[in-house]
Amino acid sequence: MSLSLDEVRHIAKLARLELAEGDLDATQAKLNGIFGLIEEMQAVNTDGVEPMSHPQDLAQRLREDQVAESDRRAAYQSVAPQTEAGLYLVPKVIE
Amino acid sequence: MSRTDWEVVIGLEVHTQLNTQSKIFSGASIAFGAEPNAQACAVDIALPGVLPVLNKGAVERAIRFGLAVGATIAPKSIFARKNYFYPDLPKGYQISQYELPVVVGGQIPLLVPDGKGGAYEKVVNLTRAHLEEDAGKSLHEDFHGMTGIDLNRAGTPLLEIVSEPEMRSSAEAVAYAKALHALVRWIDICDGNMQEGSFRCDANVSVRPRGQAEFGTRREIKNLNSFRFLQQAIDFEVQWQIDLIEDGGKVQQATVLFDPDSGETRAMRSKEDAHDYRYFPDPDLLPLVIGADWIERVKGELPELPAALSARFQGEYGLSAYDATTLTASRETAQFYLDTVAAAGAANAKTCANWVMGDLAARLNKAELDITASPVSATQLAGLVARIADNTISNAIAKKVFEALWNKEGESADAIIDAHGLKQVTDTGAIEAIIDEVLAANQKSVEEFRAGKEKAFNALVGQCMKASKGKANPAQVNELLKKKLG
Repeated sequence: MSLSLDEVRHIAKLARLELAEGDLDATQAKLNGIFGLIEEMQAVNTDGVEPMSHPQDLAQRLREDQVAESDRRAAYQSVAPQTEAGLYLVPKVIE
Repeated sequence: MSRTDWEVVIGLEVHTQLNTQSKIFSGASIAFGAEPNAQACAVDIALPGVLPVLNKGAVERAIRFGLAVGATIAPKSIFARKNYFYPDLPKGYQISQYELPVVVGGQIPLLVPDGKGGAYEKVVNLTRAHLEEDAGKSLHEDFHGMTGIDLNRAGTPLLEIVSEPEMRSSAEAVAYAKALHALVRWIDICDGNMQEGSFRCDANVSVRPRGQAEFGTRREIKNLNSFRFLQQAIDFEVQWQIDLIEDGGKVQQATVLFDPDSGETRAMRSKEDAHDYRYFPDPDLLPLVIGADWIERVKGELPELPAALSARFQGEYGLSAYDATTLTASRETAQFYLDTVAAAGAANAKTCANWVMGDLAARLNKAELDITASPVSATQLAGLVARIADNTISNAIAKKVFEALWNKEGESADAIIDAHGLKQVTDTGAIEAIIDEVLAANQKSVEEFRAGKEKAFNALVGQCMKASKGKANPAQVNELLKKKLG
């Protein structure tokens, strides 16, 4: 499988990446290279192998349900570009 | 051209907020109403380098739910990243479950009102229920043309419960949502507070000509936070789709919002890439493994479930399906009823049911009180029921005694009956004396009755009851009066 230039533009947009038109061809080639790798792996016979969702064959450790964090808002907000009334301010998301 | 008979198809996705102490992947509190961002820790605001650690309490609640609906608890389930950009989702993805959810299958039994005063039974199958984190809140009031972000809610544990598209009317959808709401509160995994967003419904709605096998194209109504809105939104949406198709149009798959003010559903401004979530297993989280021993332990701690209790009420106490369902609408109501019956005796179970669902429920409703705060205790109500059962007081007097108990005018029904001399007069001689007086004073009614006017008899009974201040046994008055006039 190989990606069209339109698909490369779409993926860049989903990832919020600004790709210059001049970078499109190179990006397409890199992504198609990854697809080539995947195709190579898919050619391997995996009959009888249980799929893994994580490279480590371990189970998730769980945390007891206890409140362990205190209010550190002032510290976190000291590095935020803009705050008001305890809120983080961001560019308006709806008109 | 004959009009098409349309069939409505509804599936519900319900987000229930789990009533844990801390968040699903961090140790921040989920208490409602804190100062903005005071409960948003480094994990919740997605500072670089932080890692999620799964909350055992959230998993345990998912197991409780799975067991309560007869589902399969997945021995191994996977957390996945659902990718989308929005400022109230600071990581750029929501941790959810996709391919392998924690709860698979299950059923919810319902009693659906038929709109004619009756009800019918239905079972709705569940597809799945999965654990995920909630997003933060965006505040669009004007902050110098900017949007304010509160991340206190970010990371709050949710169990998203997905039904099969098996509901065929808004009434069925509401009955399902209510049954689910009652169940999650019953098994104590969610506080059910709809105003605070603890129980939010998304409804997938489509229509098709009756008899057609394929589903029509659906539209998803988002974020319905009351049963009334759920009903209104579905009814409007169904009519909108039918009108569109009958006018030659085609339904386009879309996400819509319900506007409670206009009562209409409206498509959200289409975000073209909105459904390109690019799910993949979250590399920060290992598979969730749930052992049989854990499931067994949770099973042992589950309370008797509403469906089982409802069946018991019908079998042991002879209650109707409707009464049994009403009394098991919440664990608190069921417990109050059980306590009342325990004190009044199983023989009086039906009378107890009538009082709990009737006068008590009406009075609590009027006073906006929860049954756990009832001024009349189960023991007091049982005492009242016992006096009705042994004919000490009539139903009419019982209502007065109930009112007195409510107003704390006495410790028990007996104390109030004694203090106010409300004991029913069953002494034949005493009743006859009253009747004689009434007959003497109402010669006109007597003559009318003798002339064949049946109504005059009722008037005389009324006079006798009045003369006895309601204390004469009505059945005896009837009988003795008939004899005297006969």
